[in-house]
Amino acid sequence: MIFSEKYECMDRKELKRLQGERLRDAARRAYENVPFYRKKFDECGVKPEHIQSLDDIVKLPFTVKDDFRQTYPFGLFAVPQREIVRVHASSGTTGKPTVVGYTREDIGIWAETSARTLACGGGTAEDVLQVAYGYGLFTGGLGLHYGGERLGAMVIPMSGGNSMKQLMLMQDFGTTLLACTPSYSLQLAEEAAAEGFDIKKTKLKAGFFGAEPWTEAMRSQIEQRLPVKAIDIYGLSEVTGPGVASECLEQHGLHVFEDHYYPEVINPSTGEPVAPGERGELVFTCLTKQAIPLIRYRTRDLTTLDETLCPCGRTSRRMARVTGRTDDMLIIRGVNVFPSQIETVLMKIDGVEPHYLIVVDKSGVLDELEIKVEVSENLFSDEVKKLEALRRRIFEELRSVLSVSPKISLVEPKSIERSVGKAKRVIDRRDLK
Amino acid sequence: MMNQASTVNYWDSAHECMPVAELRELQLERLQKTVKTLWNKVPYYRQKMKALGVTPSDIRSLQDVQKLPFTTKEDLRLSYPYQAFAVPMEKVVRIHASSGTTGKSTVVGYTRRDMDNWSDLVARFLVAGGLTSQDIVHIAFGYGLFTGGFGLHYGAEKVGASVIPVSSGRSERQIQIMQDFGSTALVCTPSYAIYLAEIMQNMGVKASDLKLRLGFFGGEFWSHLMRKEIQEHLKIVATDNYGLSEVMGPGVSGECIQQEGMHIFEDHFLVELIDPSTGAPADPQKGGELVITTLTKEAIPVVRYRTRDLCAFLPNPCPCGRTFVRMSKISGRSDDMLIIRGVNVFPSQIEEVLLGIKGIMPHYQLVVSRDGALDNLEVHVEVSEGFFFDEMKKQQEFARAIEHKLENVVGVRARIKLVEPKTIERSEGKAKRVVDLRKLT
Amino acid sequence: MKVRQISIFMENRAGRLSEVMQLVGDSGVNIRALSLADTSDFGILRLIVNDVDKALGALRKAGHTVSVTDVVAVEVPDRPGGLAGILVPLSADGVNVEYMYAFVEKATDKAVVIFRFEDADAALKTLKTVGISVLSAETVASL
Repeated sequence: MIFSEKYECMDRKELKRLQGERLRDAARRAYENVPFYRKKFDECGVKPEHIQSLDDIVKLPFTVKDDFRQTYPFGLFAVPQREIVRVHASSGTTGKPTVVGYTREDIGIWAETSARTLACGGGTAEDVLQVAYGYGLFTGGLGLHYGGERLGAMVIPMSGGNSMKQLMLMQDFGTTLLACTPSYSLQLAEEAAAEGFDIKKTKLKAGFFGAEPWTEAMRSQIEQRLPVKAIDIYGLSEVTGPGVASECLEQHGLHVFEDHYYPEVINPSTGEPVAPGERGELVFTCLTKQAIPLIRYRTRDLTTLDETLCPCGRTSRRMARVTGRTDDMLIIRGVNVFPSQIETVLMKIDGVEPHYLIVVDKSGVLDELEIKVEVSENLFSDEVKKLEALRRRIFEELRSVLSVSPKISLVEPKSIERSVGKAKRVIDRRDLK
Repeated sequence: MMNQASTVNYWDSAHECMPVAELRELQLERLQKTVKTLWNKVPYYRQKMKALGVTPSDIRSLQDVQKLPFTTKEDLRLSYPYQAFAVPMEKVVRIHASSGTTGKSTVVGYTRRDMDNWSDLVARFLVAGGLTSQDIVHIAFGYGLFTGGFGLHYGAEKVGASVIPVSSGRSERQIQIMQDFGSTALVCTPSYAIYLAEIMQNMGVKASDLKLRLGFFGGEFWSHLMRKEIQEHLKIVATDNYGLSEVMGPGVSGECIQQEGMHIFEDHFLVELIDPSTGAPADPQKGGELVITTLTKEAIPVVRYRTRDLCAFLPNPCPCGRTFVRMSKISGRSDDMLIIRGVNVFPSQIEEVLLGIKGIMPHYQLVVSRDGALDNLEVHVEVSEGFFFDEMKKQQEFARAIEHKLENVVGVRARIKLVEPKTIERSEGKAKRVVDLRKLT
Repeated sequence: MKVRQISIFMENRAGRLSEVMQLVGDSGVNIRALSLADTSDFGILRLIVNDVDKALGALRKAGHTVSVTDVVAVEVPDRPGGLAGILVPLSADGVNVEYMYAFVEKATDKAVVIFRFEDADAALKTLKTVGISVLSAETVASL
């Protein structure tokens, strides 16, 4: 089923015209209602009236993650607070989170594009959707939740963790659609096997996997172990959350819901658009978002855009699976982690030397984050409990900031290899290619 | 929907201020319909009625509700997964569940209309407690299967306020968000509110640095003393609300700004007070166990649900103009359930987790205390030879495995303390399972 | 060539260690070596004794949680680098040491090191190959 056929299958010329119209409106709203954008536009010498059609988009300045920090918390909002009905946040590169807001209309559009995502993977109103993404400020859980609700499906808001209960409800309520990180789906399969529960016999038919990078190899593993079509979905809170793009049952590229979120691919070092089909950094403009008319947001995700038509009938362009980043952000169990966040926390704690190493690995199917920290000479106590307390404190503080549980290994002073020049702080042993 | 004529705001004055005689008529009509539905659609409940020799036609007045059999948590558990449902599963749009191990939690479902009623009832107590569409509502309840987070989320959304779905935990960040986002209303458990006030003090954040003006607290028992403390520290108007997932979730009742008892939304719930040991009606003013019959619930209608919560009804109407009867704060439980940081915990759940770890049942004791504002659960586990490893790291892993499993299954973080054999106090050979050091009244 | 070691679970509270020592002493068992590892809550006391079964009986009778673990006792040559001479070949063979503790032999003033290996058999094989002598249980008991 195609959830909104009118837009998803719109004639390309017609779509371009609609996008141009919406872009004109978005640029105007940004200029008129967001002082930050007015300044930025003025600096580039661009006025809303210069934006007449879609091709004029290249005249507009980029927005980067740091702009959210500069305008924290609400500086990018284009509407008064009373019109904001929801606020979400994701991790920022330093102490302050990246904050996004939604009007009632925005929530409606988000729910719709999220419902489109579920329909892309075969979901209908008869389905039972189990949402095992985390809920809260993170957009994953609530995004899919509202999408399922809009689709008319039965929603089981499991949130993350508690695999036995996940499996129990999956079986007893006949879950057909599962939304979680790809690695968590494999963990569920493993825990099911360990408990002698045949997950293949459940009614599952599709899995909506995103929030972390994954591979074709992982897809075939998932499809072998779980009775699902594994659908790659894409989204980021700055743009809206999940529901920006999704694979259809063809599983060949993710349809970008470009009547709302307009994609471009640029050369990350020059900022120039790449030739059609060439790999580069993905950039999004929110054409309809009222709360934040986001202009040319640089996602730092590397991909390509495919303009050929998909056999499913949707006319939107398809982005390829994201294959890398242009910055040092790590995605651990679906949570974005910046090494700078870790450093900020460690530097606040007495007894910790400014030498640390971040090691990311897979333990079974799940990502594991280990942080090796050098302990000051004077704190290298022979009393296990003092070290234990320090370890716990570092653990608690990092968990609080990162929202992932890291493994903390205290190591002796001077045991972490020093390198000349830029220290190598991160070792990522996961095979994500 | 706001009442323009007076300074008191109502979400739904037509129902909230309904003349009592009319209300009783509406209740009877809805009760009869509910009983008929159960009789026709829910075989297990029909069996129960038949066993007592009662049929839907016997319900001719509101008093006749007393002829109907009670429903207990155990009944709902045994009817898992579908037997309590009165509608086909296609009509169910949401599933929630109480905390608990796989075999012990109660799972509940909602139709679209149930969801709509639920958010409406939450909107009622939010508005009664002073919320408007201009507010920024900071929800620090957990989301997920637990009804607390979602109940308040949808209610505040309905009122038109800005909702910040912060979810639980990470207290310093909670305060930073309140400060930076200008939250005006806080939603959490009362003890967490006190805890946040303490953390604020440590962070050097003053109440005047925040824009908070309202607090909606529920999920656990709290005293008037606690309210005083919260209001003083956070400079807010703190109101109490009540609900339980078995009958819906939050939104069964809530205080208005008079802060004198929680208005029970009687057009949706019929309430009784009983003597928990005999099941006979209790004197409403003296108090007893609260028993609730849902009047509008479609997916899972519940008749005479024994909440195990003890409270009393207040006499006299409230000056706010709402005609619904008011219940006092919950003063205790008629079973061994503990509420720890807003999470319902039965000692039997913990037993199940402990037994599940190595297949043997260790002697254990739950020690609940209040560390500052927050509840603290310690589980003392006697280390017998089945649980003893020569290696330190295995021993610690064992303790962590229990901690992890408890957090996952029961939903609370507990500290596991390994103790030597025979150190847990026994009475008549049986270990004393719970030591509650909190002073809750 | 393995030696049986007794481990006792102990809470960290005052007087607990002396109670256990008293108990072992009263049963007429001699302690050859001991080590105590602790965390904030509890500790594990490890004992090498001259009569393992007697000590176990007494401890169990008094209601203690005990276990028996196989460890390896190695005499360390009395010269600089003596211990390293043992550890180097072990680590070369990938044998992991879980924990170890040492005591001094009365008669010879030589050090005896008690090892708990992840894989005791692999360790014994390595030690044998490089010609390091491992003490038997009887020898340890009679020290």
